[in-house]
Amino acid sequence: MPTDTRTALSHAAPVAGTRPPGGERTRRRGHLARNPLPALVLALFVVFFVLPVLWLVLAATKTDDQLVHGNPLSFGSWHALRANWDALTAYQGDAIFLWLRNSALYSFAALVITLAVAVPAGYALAMTEFRGRRTLLIATLVVMLMPNATLVVPLFLEINAVHLIGSMWSIILPYSFYPFGVYLAYIYFSTALPRDLMDAARLDGCSEFGAFRRVALPLAAPIVALVGFFSFVANWTNYFLPYVLLPESNQFPVQVGLGTLLDDVPQFNPTVGNLAVQRPELALATLLAITPVLVVFLFSQRFLVAGMLAGATKE
Amino acid sequence: MSAATTNQAGAPRSTRRAPWPGRAGHGFVAAYLLLLIAFGVVPTVYAVYFAFTDGDGGFSGLSNFATAARDFRYLPAIGHVALYLVFWLAALVIFVVGLSLLLHRLSARGVSRALRFLYYIPGALAGAASVMVWLFLLDPTVSPASFLLRALGYDTFGQVIAPGHLPILFTLIAFWTGAGGWIVVMYGALNNIPHDLIEAARIDGAGAWQTARRIQIPLLRKWIVYMVILAFAGGTQLFVEPQLLSQASVGVAGRDYSLNQLSYDFAFQNNDVNTAAAISVELLVVGLVVAALFVARSGFFDAD
Repeated sequence: MPTDTRTALSHAAPVAGTRPPGGERTRRRGHLARNPLPALVLALFVVFFVLPVLWLVLAATKTDDQLVHGNPLSFGSWHALRANWDALTAYQGDAIFLWLRNSALYSFAALVITLAVAVPAGYALAMTEFRGRRTLLIATLVVMLMPNATLVVPLFLEINAVHLIGSMWSIILPYSFYPFGVYLAYIYFSTALPRDLMDAARLDGCSEFGAFRRVALPLAAPIVALVGFFSFVANWTNYFLPYVLLPESNQFPVQVGLGTLLDDVPQFNPTVGNLAVQRPELALATLLAITPVLVVFLFSQRFLVAGMLAGATKE
Repeated sequence: MSAATTNQAGAPRSTRRAPWPGRAGHGFVAAYLLLLIAFGVVPTVYAVYFAFTDGDGGFSGLSNFATAARDFRYLPAIGHVALYLVFWLAALVIFVVGLSLLLHRLSARGVSRALRFLYYIPGALAGAASVMVWLFLLDPTVSPASFLLRALGYDTFGQVIAPGHLPILFTLIAFWTGAGGWIVVMYGALNNIPHDLIEAARIDGAGAWQTARRIQIPLLRKWIVYMVILAFAGGTQLFVEPQLLSQASVGVAGRDYSLNQLSYDFAFQNNDVNTAAAISVELLVVGLVVAALFVARSGFFDAD
């Protein structure tokens, strides 16, 4: 698609890298050279943000003994990594894969529904007029700004009342309700889609649904990616909702599974017996749990910037 | 909601909105509306219903709220969350704004972009993963920063997670995972400030500090408010960090630390869903009021 989110959201989203370059560059460099403090602070925060991640990666390659006695930032051995992998995958018979599979199932199913729901809704809010439009838009904004943990216990009460506790839909459907996605779609369509284009389609005899399907939807690729990105990350990293709603370990997503593993680490819970999980195995599990999100991050930095800013702007 | 309509510069569509015939709009939003009702409205109504009734479904007035308030864990939980919010919001405002300003002054754009990405990486560990990482980082026996912990006089995990330290530790975790995203936002907002303005200030003799203090920070104000509001609302919902920490310390630290945990324990330990719902409703009201006030007053969102 030629339209990318940057242009689409340009007046709303000041995307990184639009600052005009100029002669002041040299001046600034000179200034920085005189005062090393800013560079030092920035570097210090790189250490703060990145070092723990680096440490986590390395921890998965060590034995517990190396973890305690070795250099924290040294590589353990492939052999130890292999041993950790074997021990982790043996835990409760492949539980880690089951959890990862559950996470994937919940996140992707919710992603599909979210897109199918949010894109038409955002389109309708932006491009059509109907009764209650403004009310719906305001409700969307309010719910979008509320932390999603707010509704977890109430949701439990509701799902319990309709006897859906333990069903995968008790997770997927609440995940699919994603007002932020609707808002992003609304912003996108109201800024990027020329109204004239829609009018032309209508004059040519398109039904309203036809205009949406033939004109708006083909132009919606950037917003599909953007909403998909945020929905996936939010759902994959959600802990509270599945923790409360899912009773059985074999239904847990990997985030909740990590908590189960944690309970069996003897250093954190001295009462565990022969079920013991070693700390490097927990580190490896954490690493596996975050890999999908990390990969998505690496490949969609641009969405991320545009989306985070669009989430809050209409100037 | 009149304030929401004031900010319409650059949004010409509102004047050109030609009503389309028919009711297709309803068709497009039907599925979303269904989800909004099922997972937004109904749970809210349901929680309110539970909060004002007793176990047999009879109206019970405010007695569930009174039960919650009398609980010995209730006031401490509010205190914990409040203290955590103070640290968390202060850290967010000071460091996010500070780092964004520094990044914005960097002459090498590639470096600035790379740093923003590096700062953002821990965002991928949101949720339980970040707590796992910090459990390790805070354990002097395995931490890569053990020299720091020992220098501060802490030799065991138990000493590090002493109750008095928890607000700071939760702030660390939340800042580590969340600050990068806000830095991206603030940086973008800084980019939005007209270059002429900065240039004019420089010609008038303003240094970096003066420019930041008198021009950039005032113009960032509404973004800072936005960040604080969202972080405040999110912070009141504290759950995963203390919950996992209490697991990792066998209940020594972090148990019933926050209101959400208390609500959870009322529902699942005491089988008292009514009191659980009462606490949930209180949290819900905070979230709702903050969000609604912000939408109505900030002029941040243009809801035509």
